[in-house]
Amino acid sequence: MRIRDIGATALAVALLAGCGTDGGGRGGGSDGGGLGGTLTVLAAASLTDVFTDLGARLEGDHPGLEVRFTFAGSSALATQITQGAPADVFASANPDQMAVVTDAGLTDGEPEVFAANVLEIAVPADNPGGVTGLADFAREELTLALCAPEVPCGAAAEEVLDAAGVPAAPDTLEEDVRAALTKVELGEVDAALVYATDVAAAGDDVEGIAVPEAEDAVSDYPVCVLADAPNPAAARAFVELLRSGDGQAALSAAGFRLP
Amino acid sequence: MSRAERSVPAPLLIPAVVAVAFLVLPLVGLLVRTPWSGLWPQLTAPGVGEALRLSLVSATLATAVSLVLGVPLAWVLARSRIRGRGLLRALVTVPLVLPPVVGGVALFLVLGRQGIVGRWLDEAFGITIPFTTTAVVIAETFVAMPFLVISVEGALRAADARFEDAAATLGADRWTTFRRVTLPLVAPGIAAGAVLCWARALGEFGATITFAGNFPGTTQTMPLAVYLALQRDPEAAIVLSLVLLAVSLATLLLLRGRWLGRSGAGAVP
Repeated sequence: MRIRDIGATALAVALLAGCGTDGGGRGGGSDGGGLGGTLTVLAAASLTDVFTDLGARLEGDHPGLEVRFTFAGSSALATQITQGAPADVFASANPDQMAVVTDAGLTDGEPEVFAANVLEIAVPADNPGGVTGLADFAREELTLALCAPEVPCGAAAEEVLDAAGVPAAPDTLEEDVRAALTKVELGEVDAALVYATDVAAAGDDVEGIAVPEAEDAVSDYPVCVLADAPNPAAARAFVELLRSGDGQAALSAAGFRLP
Repeated sequence: MSRAERSVPAPLLIPAVVAVAFLVLPLVGLLVRTPWSGLWPQLTAPGVGEALRLSLVSATLATAVSLVLGVPLAWVLARSRIRGRGLLRALVTVPLVLPPVVGGVALFLVLGRQGIVGRWLDEAFGITIPFTTTAVVIAETFVAMPFLVISVEGALRAADARFEDAAATLGADRWTTFRRVTLPLVAPGIAAGAVLCWARALGEFGATITFAGNFPGTTQTMPLAVYLALQRDPEAAIVLSLVLLAVSLATLLLLRGRWLGRSGAGAVP
């Protein structure tokens, strides 16, 4: 279902890109202005809030430009790109999924790491399960969520739990990190292992508990302009914005580590 | 039969052929991309049989629940004279237009640990529904039951109410009339609705992964297994889809021959 929706969006984006007007712009951005049309960014689910803000900032600098995002699990996005989804930029939560795209020869230039993320425990605001650390993930009586091992947050969780020797007893293996977080927000699980940035974005319904064991499994976020980008100039401007002082400050404020 | 075959008018034939192509070509696409040589290891991979069994069991249970609750509802919609039937019918179709993921969240808000009913179930009986096989059946029933209700209601409206009137004049009460006259009369409609309901339940993804979560053996049905396989290994996902497709087609063909065919023939005067 999700894939079908994205397909429809991608089609709409392609159509819009075809008739986009060059809006002139006041050229406040790094590229000297003149960016227009539609920029399509496929980004890992954990980037939802900060990328939406940065996209609005880029649109503000270039009035003719429309920035569209598809946020989903990095592996789903990598599959879409290899299946020919029209997009300009891919930002992955995991170098492995970026490698799927670079190995297929679909990127323009080398991917650059623009941020990093570390796992944290998310619990509902009142912490009904009395969770204090990673060891609680072995408690059978708690309702626990992890990401599925097929997606980056799940692979990282598996690595951290294995390294710490915690025999995890999850009740559900979620399809992406936001789905795991939603279950914490609804109070339906006692704890989930998600990214620190997701806890930062979740607000008052969710409390974060730092995981010292996770420091060895920090995940790098690479970004790359795609080889078949319909709007390569805007794509490069977006990547430059991520790497700029402004972009890095926004990422840091959202809870990301900086490379 | 033979007369009908001879005379399919072109204005019907051409769109029908286009429709068949449109519906069947994606299946051909799957078959073309199937890694036939690696089929056996994919099929016997751990978890595939488990997911298939869980899918069949939960879809069948969801259909059973839908029959028990949905046929009476269809009767109320088609035959009773209660006020607000139009509104009731619109409400019944809500799960059809609701994105299934939203349906899953809605189920949480009612039956989850913090939900209106779920909180009470938890406190009074220590029962929590999310992340269990029961939750899979509930999610599938929520999404699939409207298909059955609408089919059966259509069959009831098309059925000749004079048989029921005749039963009533012979002294049968409405419950007896329903059991002995109405039910046999609309049996083909009920069967068709049940098949539609079962097929929809079997393919259910959004409400299930939201409300029941995803755990192998407990809540991971085939559509969920396919979705996650797609994240890592698209070829495995294609094989899993084919398995689900083959099993559901085989079941439907078997039913059509054995059950639908007979009751269908019986309904034709």
